[in-house]
Amino acid sequence: MARIGVFVCHCGENISATVDVQKVAATAAKIPGVAYSVDYNYMCSDPGQQMIKNAIKEKNLTGVVVAACSPRMHEPTFRHACAEAGLNPFLCEMANIREHCSWVHEKSDATTNKAIDIVRTLVAKVKKSKALLPIKVPVTKTALVIGGGIAGIQASLDIANSGHKVILVEKDPSIGGHMSQLSETFPTLDCSQCILTPRMVEVAQHPNITLYSYSELESLDGFIGNFKARIRKKARSLDEKLCTGCGLCTLKCPTKKITSEFDAGLGMRPAIYVPFPQAVPNKPVIDRNHCTYYLKGKCRLCEKVCPTQAIRFDQEDEIVEADVGAVVLATGFDIKHGDFFPEYGYGKYKDVIDGLQFERLASASGPTLGEMRRPSDGKVPETVVFVACAGSRDPAKGIEYCSKICCMYTAKHAMLYKHKVRQGKPYVFYMDIRAGGKMYEEFVRRAMEEDGVQYVRGRVSRIFERGGKLIVKGADTLLGARPMEIEADMVVLATAGVANAGAEELAQKVHVSYDSYYFYSEAHPKLRPVETNTAGIFLAGACQAPKDIPESVAQASGAAAKVAALFSQAELVRDPLIAVVDRQAPPLYSTCVGCFLCQTSCPYQAIEKEEIRGRDGQLIKTVAKVNPGLCQGCGTCVALCRSKSIDIQGFSHEQVYAEVLALLNRGESDV
Amino acid sequence: MKTGFYPGCSMKGSAREYSESLLAVAAALGRELPEIPDWNCCGATAAHNLDQDLALALPARILAAAEKEGMDEVLVPCAACYSRLSVTRHELLEDEKLRQKISGLIEADYRGTARVLNIIEWLSGVPDLESRIKSPFARRVACYYGCLLVRPAGILKFDRPEDPQSMDLLMKKIGAEPLDWAFKTECCGAGFSVSRTDLVAKLSGLILDDAVSRGAEAVIVACPMCHLNLDMRRPNIEKHSGKKYGIPVIYITQAIGLVLGIEAKKLGLQRHKVAVKFPPPADNPPSADAPATAPEKSGQKYLPGEE
Amino acid sequence: MRSDNHAHPASQTLADRVLEKTGVDVARCYQCGKCSAGCPLAAEMDFPPSQIMHLLQLREFPEFAEMALRSHTIWLCLTCEICYARCPMEIDIPKLMDTLRSESLAQKKTNPKAKDIIAFHRAFLDSVRYTGRLFEMGQIVDYKLRSRHFLQDLLQAPWMFFVGKLHLLPERVRGRSLLARIFAKTLKGKEKRS
Repeated sequence: MARIGVFVCHCGENISATVDVQKVAATAAKIPGVAYSVDYNYMCSDPGQQMIKNAIKEKNLTGVVVAACSPRMHEPTFRHACAEAGLNPFLCEMANIREHCSWVHEKSDATTNKAIDIVRTLVAKVKKSKALLPIKVPVTKTALVIGGGIAGIQASLDIANSGHKVILVEKDPSIGGHMSQLSETFPTLDCSQCILTPRMVEVAQHPNITLYSYSELESLDGFIGNFKARIRKKARSLDEKLCTGCGLCTLKCPTKKITSEFDAGLGMRPAIYVPFPQAVPNKPVIDRNHCTYYLKGKCRLCEKVCPTQAIRFDQEDEIVEADVGAVVLATGFDIKHGDFFPEYGYGKYKDVIDGLQFERLASASGPTLGEMRRPSDGKVPETVVFVACAGSRDPAKGIEYCSKICCMYTAKHAMLYKHKVRQGKPYVFYMDIRAGGKMYEEFVRRAMEEDGVQYVRGRVSRIFERGGKLIVKGADTLLGARPMEIEADMVVLATAGVANAGAEELAQKVHVSYDSYYFYSEAHPKLRPVETNTAGIFLAGACQAPKDIPESVAQASGAAAKVAALFSQAELVRDPLIAVVDRQAPPLYSTCVGCFLCQTSCPYQAIEKEEIRGRDGQLIKTVAKVNPGLCQGCGTCVALCRSKSIDIQGFSHEQVYAEVLALLNRGESDV
Repeated sequence: MKTGFYPGCSMKGSAREYSESLLAVAAALGRELPEIPDWNCCGATAAHNLDQDLALALPARILAAAEKEGMDEVLVPCAACYSRLSVTRHELLEDEKLRQKISGLIEADYRGTARVLNIIEWLSGVPDLESRIKSPFARRVACYYGCLLVRPAGILKFDRPEDPQSMDLLMKKIGAEPLDWAFKTECCGAGFSVSRTDLVAKLSGLILDDAVSRGAEAVIVACPMCHLNLDMRRPNIEKHSGKKYGIPVIYITQAIGLVLGIEAKKLGLQRHKVAVKFPPPADNPPSADAPATAPEKSGQKYLPGEE
Repeated sequence: MRSDNHAHPASQTLADRVLEKTGVDVARCYQCGKCSAGCPLAAEMDFPPSQIMHLLQLREFPEFAEMALRSHTIWLCLTCEICYARCPMEIDIPKLMDTLRSESLAQKKTNPKAKDIIAFHRAFLDSVRYTGRLFEMGQIVDYKLRSRHFLQDLLQAPWMFFVGKLHLLPERVRGRSLLARIFAKTLKGKEKRS
């Protein structure tokens, strides 16, 4: 005998301005099976919730319908209130008379009648609702962090320091990421490597962190709390246990002229190399694409000089398997390279460089040992033009967004240049100055006021070379948009920040969504910036969107906190709104015929095969089984099942039919 | 594939040598170029500056006539006419209402089937060109594209708008050394040749200055307006800049004609303001990586009056 | 494209008319100045192209639209298309300039400094209307009468004649009556109406 309680919310004026809430409550009271019907100003408030709890107890309610906003807003609120009053939370449903009614219609009788229809529908559903228990899933308390830049490092340390194990995977030979390439960082002008390397060492030495460098994620299966990762350790061609990092091999290697990735193309490295002196781990790698032995079968000089005989030419990639409970994506970003700005001559003129290349020039460990010398002839540039927004905020070039960090690093570059070349003349062509962080505005003012950087507001139309100089043709829009021409010795383009190469591939491997620029999508842009829509996978750093170091670190700690929260429970609790394959008494066991159309169609790979065996061990039939940890309750399998053997708890066939009939039979006696 | 020919008004007057050299080259290559019958002026800059409907109607009448003749494509050697005809075709194909309106104006149903070709496309499409070279054009040249051959790139889809290479490749094919220079697509001053000759002097002067400073021995053009501004207005340029420039300006068809062995007079070289001649190698040292050009091999044939 | 613009034609701003006629939306311009930076004649203009955009952007100030229509800029514009090729927002500035020019003519607000340029265009089109083609000799005479620069290029003419570049008689197109009708419905027709 159903005893349903209906609670109609005014939602202030949101609902009551267009829907006659008193009439809805009064009409609902007359529906057979409704034992109590009332309206109130704010059902989600404490008094409102208390009203529901009191009604459950006093009226012995067997079900609750709250006619109010969308369940996406307050379903947890009301279900929790019901649970506290002793009613199974899944016997509570919300009738959405706000987003589905009052917010989309004008005030009229028709609107009120629609609200009544919605309530009637949900009452019919609740009559068929069953009490459900939440699902518990075990949690492996190891985190996988993909990407060893500053964000990955921070996340690893935070998770490790909270007592859990971390596996850190980095695809380059050393951790450190782009931050290790920078010379000084804004707004403090801290030496980048000086503040980064202690963290890198901490990662290497931390007992809870296992570092796989020169490795990539091969595959990821499973679900939150229960992932199975396969990691490919690429062959360094040496035995890491024997290598002492003495570096003799890198000095003796005869193939010395390979463009160095770490030096952004401005310097050279040998075929066996350590990317930079403070690399962690400080063990070399043989670049098999350029090593004479792998190309021609000759040389092997490194093997001869190695004091511990650590070189292993025949080493192969190794696959490591790991069980993890959470994944943090911290794969970072890159800056746009290539000749996408033909009018600026990038790629054509050696002295037109990008931001990362400037960092290497300014860096004490860079190709010019920190001296400001231009790439073409090594001369000290007397006039340098910095072009901001070279690619960002540029729909014509395919990038609409602002890359956030360029205004700041351009000011920094101009300052560093001026510090090194006292008589030099730096110019910055800008559109706007975006300096919104702490001490950022002061930093830019310092560049303009103390270091004499000349800021010209206007974009550069083109750059060409003449007589050893680069002619920069821009405009000063603050001076009537007069064309302005500067003869520069070097030009630095602040190119757009873009997603790393391979971002799409990785996202597909771990099943996270990404946007049209291949930046990973957060679960909610305002309130859930470090989670993805895939349970158990979190984001940290610039892989989500271009950002600076303080934000990357903050986000990394945020992701680590989420992971720690996940690991703080012995088991994971999930809402049981999942699909279930039916069971019957023997000899049928189940109406499922084993066609497995559901398994093929399940987007979450949540359906497995289950063998039903008799007491004697004989196989009776193989039926489908839903993995309660993976199923997201999308209902695709339910729609496809030809024998109606699979159903969703909380949205069963019975419940949905009841809703439909209630709508069709309105005004007549309800089922 | 029937290729028609739209000469454009200047080919009959100030750009006569362009027409002469083009027809001579076509004859030498055995290519027919039937003119569109009763063609009218495309309107050039004047029409689109004053009235947009007129600016579409004039080219539409031309292209409709070409279609009526069964022409699949039309060669338009003048860059300005090429631009007007291409833009008209594009706009009328994009906007059906506009196409109907303009068809009504020109009293003919314009369908947009005839493709519009510029001179470089036509010359690059000649398959047997290299085999016909009698003596290569072994000079350092600055290929000047001007504005309307490559822009607006979205409509013309011809060559890249920054640092285009099609004319350079063509010149390289016939033995020249095309230079990398900075004013390939900067405007010469266009239609201001008469009304604001001072501005033409300034803009064309910048172009010549850059070409000469990089060691170019000739500027190659594919547009009558550019030729007029760079060649006929040479005295104005020299007066404005206070410098003398002896560099000749040669139409691409004249350069091709020369390598095919056609005599200079037939190519109209004598109609230029700036004499088309090259100083002997002693006064004009080649760039460090160019092969030396002995006068016997290349120079003499190109001196008018010495044939 | 703005779809909420229900302004009555009489109260339509210049920017609205430009949007309607050409699809160019001045609101997209973020005043970066790249067009002005690359414009060959920006230094000679009273309002370089990015400033013309801004004069139209401030819709509530009709006096700015007036300044745009009366500018020398729109007549100095060579329609070399460099601005459009480089504009990060892909705004069709040459098309905008064409529209401003015809609006300027229609409202009789042409800048006096552009007298010669406009005279040249008119002389050009006169020749096209009467012969169907540009008869250079006729056009020069027409231009000199309009601009009163009688002595201009006087020394060029004999030289041009001698090298065979100057014809003394025009070539006439057979379809002249159609051309006259086209002109009547477009340029000449609008002139009569304004």
